[in-house]
Amino acid sequence: MTSRDLILGRIRAALGDTGTVAEQPLPRRYLSAHAPADDPAALLDLLHRNLTDYRALVHRCTEAELPSRIAELLAARGSRTVAVPAGLPDGWLTAAVGVEPLPDDGSLTAARLDAVDSVVTGCALAVAETGTIVLDGGPGQGRRLLSLVPDHHLCVVRAPEQVVASVPLALPRLDPARPQTWISGPSATSDIELDRVVGVHGPRTLEVLLVTV
Amino acid sequence: MSDTFLGMPAFPQAAARAVRDRQLRANLRHATHTIRDKRARAVAELPDWAELRSAGKAIKDHTLRHLDRYLVQLEEAVTAAGGTVHWAADAEEANRIVAGLVHATGTTEVVKVKSMATQEIGLNEALAAEGVTAYETDLAELIVQLGEDRPSHILVPAIHRNRAEIREIFADRMASWGRPAPEGLTDSPAELAEAARLHLREKFLRAEVAVSGANFMVAETGTLVVVESEGNGRMCLTLPRTLISVVGIEKVVPTWRDLEVFLQLLPRSSTAERMNPYTSLWAGTTRGDGPSEFHLVLLDNGRTAALADQVGRQALRCIRCSACLNVCPVYERAGGHAYGSVYPGPIGAVLTPQLRGTASPVDASLPYASSLCGACYEVCPVAIDIPEVLVHLRERVAEQGGHPVERAAVAAAGYVLDHPAALAAAERLAGRTRALHPRRLPGPGRAWTDSRDLPEVPAEPFRDWWRRNRT
Ligand code: SF4
Repeated sequence: MTSRDLILGRIRAALGDTGTVAEQPLPRRYLSAHAPADDPAALLDLLHRNLTDYRALVHRCTEAELPSRIAELLAARGSRTVAVPAGLPDGWLTAAVGVEPLPDDGSLTAARLDAVDSVVTGCALAVAETGTIVLDGGPGQGRRLLSLVPDHHLCVVRAPEQVVASVPLALPRLDPARPQTWISGPSATSDIELDRVVGVHGPRTLEVLLVTV
Repeated sequence: MSDTFLGMPAFPQAAARAVRDRQLRANLRHATHTIRDKRARAVAELPDWAELRSAGKAIKDHTLRHLDRYLVQLEEAVTAAGGTVHWAADAEEANRIVAGLVHATGTTEVVKVKSMATQEIGLNEALAAEGVTAYETDLAELIVQLGEDRPSHILVPAIHRNRAEIREIFADRMASWGRPAPEGLTDSPAELAEAARLHLREKFLRAEVAVSGANFMVAETGTLVVVESEGNGRMCLTLPRTLISVVGIEKVVPTWRDLEVFLQLLPRSSTAERMNPYTSLWAGTTRGDGPSEFHLVLLDNGRTAALADQVGRQALRCIRCSACLNVCPVYERAGGHAYGSVYPGPIGAVLTPQLRGTASPVDASLPYASSLCGACYEVCPVAIDIPEVLVHLRERVAEQGGHPVERAAVAAAGYVLDHPAALAAAERLAGRTRALHPRRLPGPGRAWTDSRDLPEVPAEPFRDWWRRNRT
C-alpha cells in the first residue's frame, strides 16, 4: 500500500462517525469591507494612513508628475542603479538622469541585484484597510526576486483603479495561479525582546507613490 | 515521532524549573502581556470579528470532514501547476522523502523558513544525519539554532533570550556557521538584526534548495500561502532552484475565497497587525520566476489519529496564531520549553498528546498543564474549545488505568485540591509533596505551587473539574 492510500484510508476511517450528521451551510456573515468601498478619496486616504502606520514612506502625485517624482525619490536616496521589471511603462524613468537602469530580461541574478540600489515597480492592487500592496508578476512588477533583493523598493499605485477596500474585495481580482507577494510595510522583526526593528531581509525601505489622474 | 524532545522531563518538573528562572519569567510575562494587549486592539478594530471567527471554525470543520476529498483535489491542482506531491505517513517517512529530494539536487545545504511541521518531525536532525546542513533563517530560529537551544514560543521562539544573550550567541557562534558577526557588535536590536541580515544574505544568495512549511493550501487552485514578517520566507521561496514544502494535511482549505477569512483572522490574532509585512502565495512552479522545481510533502504523523477523536479533532483547526499562549497563566509561568514539544502552551497541551499519544510521562502530563480557566478558548480565532479537549484527554489518560504517570498526576492533584490552603503556601507544599512523591510528580500541583506570586488566576475551575471527575 502506498502512503497516499494509507493516509486517505486512515482519514476515511477516522471520519466514519460523520456520515449521518447533516452539514450546515458555511456561515459567511462577516462584512465584505470595513471601509466605504464606494468612496475612492476616503479609501485612498485610508490606504495612505495604513501604509504610513506600517512605516512605508508614502507620497502622492499626479500622472503627469510621476516621472519627475520618481527621479526625485531616487536622487534623494542617492540611487545610482535601478532594476527595471519587464513592462514598466516607458515614461516612468525618463526623468531619472544619472541613474543606470537595469532592464530585467530574465537574466538578472540575485547576486547582481544584491548590488543594485533600487527597484521601481507597479502593482496588481492595493488594499486600503490593511495597508497592503499586492504584486503578482504582471507587467511592470517583475519576477519576485526583483522586488526582494534590492534594499529600496519604490512602488507605484494608481488610484482609484488599483485601490480596493478590503481583503474580501481583493481576492476575486487576483489570479490564484500567479505567484503573489502581499507587502504591508517593509520587513520587520520583533524577535529581540519584542523591540520592533524595521528592515530585516526584504527591502529595508519601502516607498509608495500614490498616483491620481 | 521525532526524538527532538526525548529525554524531556514531564511538564511539572520542567515547569517547576522554569518558574524558578527569573529571567525567563520576566521575559515571558513582558512578551505575553504586550502581545495580548496589542492583539486585543487589533481584533477590536473589526466589528465582525465574531462572524469571521465562526466562519473560520466552520470552514475548517467542513474541510476536516471532507479531508480526503480536499487533499486529492489539492494534489491534482498542485500537480497541474507543475509541482510534485508526496505523502508521508509519519515523521520518518517525511524526513526520508526530503533527504532524498535534497540528495537528488547534489547539494549539502538547505535554507529553511520557520516551520513547525519540520520541527515536529525533527527534520534538521534527520538531514544532519544524512550529511545535509539546514540553516534556519527566521531571526528567532537563527538565535535558537546558533544557541543550540529549543524554541519556546510559536510566534517569538527566542523570547526566553534577552539582547545581551543574543549578542553573545551571535558573537560566539556566527563564525562557525558562516559569515562572522561584525566586530564590536553591540546588543542593540537593530544591530543584531543587521548582523543576521548579513550572515544570512550570503546563504540566501548561494542556496539551491529551500525547505518551508505553509500556513494554508488551497485545494481548488493548488496555491500555498506563507505568512511572515522578516522577508526570509520570500528569500527561501523565491531564490533557490528547488523548493520543498512540508505541510500537515490539516492545512488545506477548500477555496481561494476562504483565504478572505484566514488572512483576516491570522495576522490580527497572531502578530496583532492588520496584515503581516509579507505574504507569499504560489501554485506549483512559474517559468522564469522562482524555483523551477516544487515538491509538496503532505504530512500525517498522527493527524489522522487526532481526526478520529470526535472531541479532540477540533485541535486540527488550529492556525498556529499563538494567541492562546499569550493569555495562558500556566504558559506565562512555565514557559514554552516545559511542554516538551514544538507545540507549547494550551494548543500544545491538546495537540501533542493527540499526535504522539499519551504513553510517555511528558505527553501524559500535558493535559494537566492547565487551570481550565478558558481564556484560550476565548481568544482562539477558530474557536477551539481547548478546555473541553483537555478534560477529554485527562479522561483518556485516566483510562490508561494504572499508568504510573496518571496515578501520580491524580495523586498530586488530589493532594493539592484537598488542601486548598496549601495552594498559598507554595514553598511548604512543594516540600511536602516532594516527600510524598519523591520521584515523579506530574499534574498541575508542582507547576502551580512552585511559583511564588500565585495564584493570580483562580484555581477554581480545575478544582471543580477535579471534584466532578474524581468520583
Ligand atoms: S489553538 Fe487557537 S489560539 Fe491557539 S494557536 Fe491555535 S488557532 Fe491560535
